[in-house]
Amino acid sequence: MENKTIDPKQIKGWGIDADPKNDPTYPMRDRMNVGEDPDNKHRPTQQPTHQVEKLRSIERPNISAVYGTTVPPQGLSGMIRRLAFKYSENRYRHWLPLIVADRVSVVEGILDDLVHGHVPNIYAEKGYPVEWKHNRTAFIAKMATIGLVTAGVIAILSSGKSEKKSKKKDYLSRY
Amino acid sequence: MLAMEYRGPKRVRAIQKPMPEIKHPQDAIVRVLRTCICGSDLHLYNGNVPDTRVGSTFGHEFIGEVVEVGSEVTKVKTGDRVIVPFNIACGECHFCRQGMFGNCHESNTEATAVGAIFGYSHTAGGFDGGQAEYARVPYANVGPTIIPADMDLDDAVLLTDVVPTGYQAAEMAGIQTGDTVVVFGAGPIGIMAARCAWLFGAGRVIIIDQEDYRLEFARNYSYCEAYNFREMNDPVVFIKKITDWMGADCVIDAVGAEAAGNTMQTVTGRKLLLQAGSATALHWAINSVKKGGVVSIVGVYGPTDNLIPIGNVLNKGLTIRANQASVKRLLPRLIDHVQNGIINPKGLITHRLPLEEVADGYRMFSAKLDNNIKTVLLPPTANQ
Repeated sequence: MENKTIDPKQIKGWGIDADPKNDPTYPMRDRMNVGEDPDNKHRPTQQPTHQVEKLRSIERPNISAVYGTTVPPQGLSGMIRRLAFKYSENRYRHWLPLIVADRVSVVEGILDDLVHGHVPNIYAEKGYPVEWKHNRTAFIAKMATIGLVTAGVIAILSSGKSEKKSKKKDYLSRY
Repeated sequence: MLAMEYRGPKRVRAIQKPMPEIKHPQDAIVRVLRTCICGSDLHLYNGNVPDTRVGSTFGHEFIGEVVEVGSEVTKVKTGDRVIVPFNIACGECHFCRQGMFGNCHESNTEATAVGAIFGYSHTAGGFDGGQAEYARVPYANVGPTIIPADMDLDDAVLLTDVVPTGYQAAEMAGIQTGDTVVVFGAGPIGIMAARCAWLFGAGRVIIIDQEDYRLEFARNYSYCEAYNFREMNDPVVFIKKITDWMGADCVIDAVGAEAAGNTMQTVTGRKLLLQAGSATALHWAINSVKKGGVVSIVGVYGPTDNLIPIGNVLNKGLTIRANQASVKRLLPRLIDHVQNGIINPKGLITHRLPLEEVADGYRMFSAKLDNNIKTVLLPPTANQ
């Protein structure tokens, strides 16, 4: 499809919000120095803080007035998260352990499913049925590639093992 | 209740979860009527946002009917149908009182750099989102806005994020009458940013993406020029060439961390997570804007670092403006625009799925299947 030149003035709403003074715009427009804000210590009503274990950024002095209560830290991933929150948002020591914890929690999630008698339907959870429906050729190619790479890695690893074993056998047979 | 649940990178499902409860006197519980999958949900879906815990429910674009309110809620009541801004804002802190409702300081305990966002990891506060039958909505006196009686619910749900974020992208670009505006990314936000650029008096609007179907959609919806960066050697040189070798007056990054187009950025940012996402679009934006121009960022990046040509920002004298949209501030104006027929949000919707098929919805959006632009999820209780 070709690009066509258009007279902007024909577009409904053209220039309706044009503002030559839009410089600088928000958030600078209503900028307020903390020292000039007589109410800067004001806080909303505090949500009770005992509802759930809440990890707190050390860049703030308190728990925010409201907070989310979903999925509190638990298990090994929770231990890693607690460790991460000993460091500020300015440090890789904060963020990298959180990414590791996220991956650990995936394994914990699968174990938790199995413990509760639920075998996760990973094929459906990954949305593969819709990929099969709308993108079948590429999907088959992708799965075949993954299968080949996986088989190749297994083959390489297992041939290494048998080589080691046979070397060991040779070594022993010489004595 | 039925809710979407994250199980790991690229793995989600619909599952029964406990009903949300009032946890604070200013909380409300809403029955979700419409909810969407957002491009920034893909950062979570792909496992790229730190502290995204298995068991979380995503969804920061939703509208609902109030079914319960806390003791201090006075602005909405049971039965009201409300637009729920994606950011959770107290309306009382130093930042909210400056109109920065996307930067509230009293909603997120886990991080100070970002205000709380519904269903957007514990880095954004650890709140469950609206891809569920019911959701807890904190600060119900501040965020939720009554849906006008004559407004289509499909229009209303896009006022929670897509329209305000696209509009603020254009607003932050400081567009002056006659300016040339380039938008990187023809997803829903980029398309909306391109459409809104005209409202600020742009003289020329150009959108760049790699998906032909999205570019064609943008041409029709946003009345803009649209180009595929796969068909050019270098998008920066291309933009220089079509702007008399000066560069665009304003450039909007509406892509963020999932950008394609540069192998090094893709590998280090998206595959190895050595950066806070792939910064290809931002890199191009800085290099294709004119000297003294403005780069407006609404594409979402992670909290660590990105490789961008900051030296060029200095040498070109650029202004960079960026923020999460201040939905609450913008809603009155945007509701007017929708009611006056200036913006047609529901025109972005290409797919509707029951919440039960949320895994398919994410895959479809992520893999850009079936010419997908915007998917609305309908919880089973939405039609009660």
